Amino acid sequence: MKLRFSLATREALWAFAFLAIPLAFFLFIRIYPAFQALWLSLFEWNADPAKRHYVGLEHYSRMLADPTLGKALRNTVLYTVLGVPFQLILGLAVALLLQSVTRLRDLFRAIYFTPYITPAVAVAWVFSWMLSPNFGIVNEILGWVGIPAQKFLLSPSQALVTVTAIVIWQNLGFQVVLFLAGLESIPRTYYEAARIDGASPWAVFRYITLPLLNPVTVFSAVIGTIGFLQLFTQVVNLNFTDQGGPVGSTLTLALYIYQLAFARFQLGYAAAVTVLLFAIILVITLVQLRILSRRVEY
Amino acid sequence: MKRLPTILAYIVLVVGGVLMVFPLVWMLLTSLKPAGELFNLEVLPRAPTLDNYRQVLTQTDFPRWFLNSLGIAGITTVSVLFFDSLAGYTLAKLRFPGKEIVFVLILATLMVPTEMLVIPWYVMSVQYGWVNSYWGILFPGLMSAFGVFLMRQFFQSLPSELMDAGRIDGLSEFGVFWRVAFPLVRPALAALGIFTFLGNWNAFLWPLVIIQSPEMRTLPVGVALFSGEANTAWHLIMTASSLAVLPVVLVFLFFQKQIIEGVVLTGVKS
Repeated sequence: MKLRFSLATREALWAFAFLAIPLAFFLFIRIYPAFQALWLSLFEWNADPAKRHYVGLEHYSRMLADPTLGKALRNTVLYTVLGVPFQLILGLAVALLLQSVTRLRDLFRAIYFTPYITPAVAVAWVFSWMLSPNFGIVNEILGWVGIPAQKFLLSPSQALVTVTAIVIWQNLGFQVVLFLAGLESIPRTYYEAARIDGASPWAVFRYITLPLLNPVTVFSAVIGTIGFLQLFTQVVNLNFTDQGGPVGSTLTLALYIYQLAFARFQLGYAAAVTVLLFAIILVITLVQLRILSRRVEY
Repeated sequence: MKRLPTILAYIVLVVGGVLMVFPLVWMLLTSLKPAGELFNLEVLPRAPTLDNYRQVLTQTDFPRWFLNSLGIAGITTVSVLFFDSLAGYTLAKLRFPGKEIVFVLILATLMVPTEMLVIPWYVMSVQYGWVNSYWGILFPGLMSAFGVFLMRQFFQSLPSELMDAGRIDGLSEFGVFWRVAFPLVRPALAALGIFTFLGNWNAFLWPLVIIQSPEMRTLPVGVALFSGEANTAWHLIMTASSLAVLPVVLVFLFFQKQIIEGVVLTGVKS
């Protein structure tokens, strides 16, 4: 009896020894700073600790009347509702096409995946060169087919859509790879049974493929949503001299937070906006998981 | 009858493939053009030159930025692989009081967006003098909650008899982890390693906040600030971009299979 007790104690001691450093890391670098952000949002920050003062919920009431924040929030929502569905549909479409061909499948998969691993900063500069209104190759090509030159990233009405398209271009391969793996994991027997029953291709897609892909779709949707809600790197680099512009039309919450905190040094107010971003991500992720993860039984 | 859809599928895939590759090709072609050819928009450079590369590599700290990124991504990856495995293993295979709480605590950190942590990290860095230092750039990434979760899943699928056999052979608990369990989860380590490295290699927000002097820049920060200063010298900007993109694409071509399997593995397991 004594031996077993000491063995269990020994195991627990080892466990705590193994966890000491990781636990310290997560407590001090992840959990404590999250609460500190909440705490900071209640203060007017100053580099000199003596000049920091408590303002209570003032920053939160200021958010309600901040038109720039409203714009950033609206843009961020637009990016997400535009980007995520398009990204999912395109990713699934390419995966279905890839599944329908036998030759060169690996080559195509690699080609579609390449943009995903390239640094977003470099991608953004390449696109801002290609989409340059006067010297860009895209307007040149549009000219060949008689379409007038577009301003793309410099037009307040086109910039957000253009940024979204660039982000989708970069993320597409990730979705394709996931969907392709999902498609390949669906047992052949389901399709054979459906064929024997004389089901139409649409019925097969609607009642076999889609429901069985659900776990992949949920994962992709959640990852994609979180990505679009935190959009930053592309927006900064696509319009570097007027970040978030033209006239705030591409500004995102993440970029606004960055500008508040590190260009204007309003760290307290910036922290309050991060709390808002946190709340949005939390709610949306929970809702998505609930709506999309209904189990399918066969 | 079956030929036509297949041919259509190939056509769509090829058109899409061209759209995927063209921006990167255009970037490379532009980087080989002398400044004078920049705006005539011919596809191939008339007088291809490596002069732009010489200029970017000698007139900026580019080689230094490259090494900074390599070092930071490398150290971070080693740290994540070791500590995430250790924590994942402990949570999967060892019995101790408070296990559930520790797991939930680590998992909960996944919900907090980086933006929320950046401000406190910055305040902390100012306080301890970590601003503009390598430690300052890399400390937030030394472990990853996702990695702990992933490794725990993999260690759980190992039969406990293997660990018991190691104990009977006289290995210490750390020996059991390091010699028996750790080598058995290699596919998961490869996937986590690739993602951690890529994530840190491409990271932008936090390095941009914490780096102040040109020689401390990581590659993405260096490319962004250099391009911002280069104004309309697109041949130089595309050269800097090419220098940032090429190593990643080369590594990808080499490890294509492992990388794509890694994506699938992390996607399916979680």
